[in-house]
Amino acid sequence: MTPLAVSALRKSYDNREVVAGLSFELRRGECYGLLGPNGAGKTTTLRCCLGLTAPDSGEITLAGEPVPARAREARARIGVVPQFDNLDPDFTAAENLIVYGRYFGMSDSAIRPLIPGLLEFAGLSGKEKANIRSLSGGMKRRLTLARALVNDPELLLLDEPTTGLDPQARHLIWERLKQLLAQGKTILLTTHFMDEAERLCQRLAIIDGGRMVGEGPPRELIRQHIEPQVVEVYGEDAPGWAQREAGNFSRRVETSGETAFCYVEDASPLLAHLAELPGLRTLHRPANLEDVFLKLTGRELRD
Amino acid sequence: MATLAIPRLSLRAFAVWRRNFLVWKKLAIPSMLGNLADPMIYLFGLGYGLGGMLPQVGGVPYIAFLAAGTVCASTMNAASFEALYSAFSRMHVQRTWEAIMNAPVTLEDVLAGELLWAAAKATLSGAAILVVIWALGFIASPLALWALPVIFLTGLAFAALGLIVTALAPSYDFFMYYFTLFITPMVLVCGVFFPADQLPGVVQAVAAWLPLTHAVALVRPLLFGEIPAGIALHVGALVIIAAAAFWLASVLIRRRLLK
Repeated sequence: MTPLAVSALRKSYDNREVVAGLSFELRRGECYGLLGPNGAGKTTTLRCCLGLTAPDSGEITLAGEPVPARAREARARIGVVPQFDNLDPDFTAAENLIVYGRYFGMSDSAIRPLIPGLLEFAGLSGKEKANIRSLSGGMKRRLTLARALVNDPELLLLDEPTTGLDPQARHLIWERLKQLLAQGKTILLTTHFMDEAERLCQRLAIIDGGRMVGEGPPRELIRQHIEPQVVEVYGEDAPGWAQREAGNFSRRVETSGETAFCYVEDASPLLAHLAELPGLRTLHRPANLEDVFLKLTGRELRD
Repeated sequence: MATLAIPRLSLRAFAVWRRNFLVWKKLAIPSMLGNLADPMIYLFGLGYGLGGMLPQVGGVPYIAFLAAGTVCASTMNAASFEALYSAFSRMHVQRTWEAIMNAPVTLEDVLAGELLWAAAKATLSGAAILVVIWALGFIASPLALWALPVIFLTGLAFAALGLIVTALAPSYDFFMYYFTLFITPMVLVCGVFFPADQLPGVVQAVAAWLPLTHAVALVRPLLFGEIPAGIALHVGALVIIAAAAFWLASVLIRRRLLK
């Protein structure tokens, strides 16, 4: 049984199509990423999967149940980490877990023995009685993750799990998510962080304007969509240089501010040429997911 | 999706109720004292102050007359505050409902939990005042115990009405309109402070449609040890208001949150 299958999903708000025919399917035990700029339709897709928004058309099967028809039954077997922290500020860490377990129909005597393990997983051992308001952003996120595990779900849906966290806190979350994958859980993750997607996801879908513009393992996407080498050229003259000369060395050049990005199969002729232009600084690196993302979704700002 | 559908409820509503109960338990004593202080000030201030200048009202001392009205008004206020300010905090500010709906709990369960909680809290408020006026000797017979289910029903009606307002509210400021345009006038025209038959016919005709009128019509005779007249009408009116308002609130909140 596939943990989540979405087929030809469509959803419009005020005649604006936010999700425009999206299809994807998760495999058991993988981490699948939905990668897209703000407004790409990631959160709407997740809401549809949870049965919190009725799609205009398309089919969703979550944990073997048709959604939205049997969304409640499906939600009983998954865990959700929402984009915004919504822990209960009136409760302690342990009370948050107990009260949340009750929403799954679990008895207090079933939940209580789980609490030490869940808090330990969240790196919050000994914080049973801690007030939520006294926890840092990273601690809250980890407690939210622990809360999503209270019903021992097969599948976790995470909506931008590390947005707003500092690097240390992000690394800790990633490490915990890897532990969950090692335990055999399936994860669906939305993010706009390339490093997060590259680090965690076996496969990912790049979405823009509610459509899938690329899908596959991160390495595969890079190989498929983009030249292997990138030479970044900085300096006041960079845009002018790019216009005049970059075309001789590189089939594809993009400029953004005072930086020119030259995508090439072989960087050596370009690097030799640039070595004679002391006014320009260069950075030579392998192509990464961010390059693919920017190629497929464009460089203009999404507000 | 049938947006006008009848709410589909489950026992998970009780988990939502228990969540609110657990929060309340932490602050139970100050919360109860807070709920009691305001009605008591009115009851004693007006009851003895104004009552001292009055002959009997409706055949009883004014303070006894006022006590029954105070029970109803206080129930109304408690249910309204909970369904407006507290529910709005949980829906909009803390996003508590959002968290709950990621679990196998539907929006209707959340609303039912909120409704029952607000009614329960209102019952506690009304009952606390009943106890005080019993201690003061203004309760004539055990018939007054029947006021408790009436208080609960009154709580349900006002909680459901409050949830409609919460469904439409952009911010806390919005609730001021509901209180100044609906709740406060109701206290004045529904027989809380004085018999409604003192009022012009038009106002009485309007008042007959208001939920507080029906609550007062049931509670006051019960406290005086009499069986109320027109029980079916008054109970029926409160039941219909509660059910219709809850249905409308759930339609509106579904529209707001499940877009």
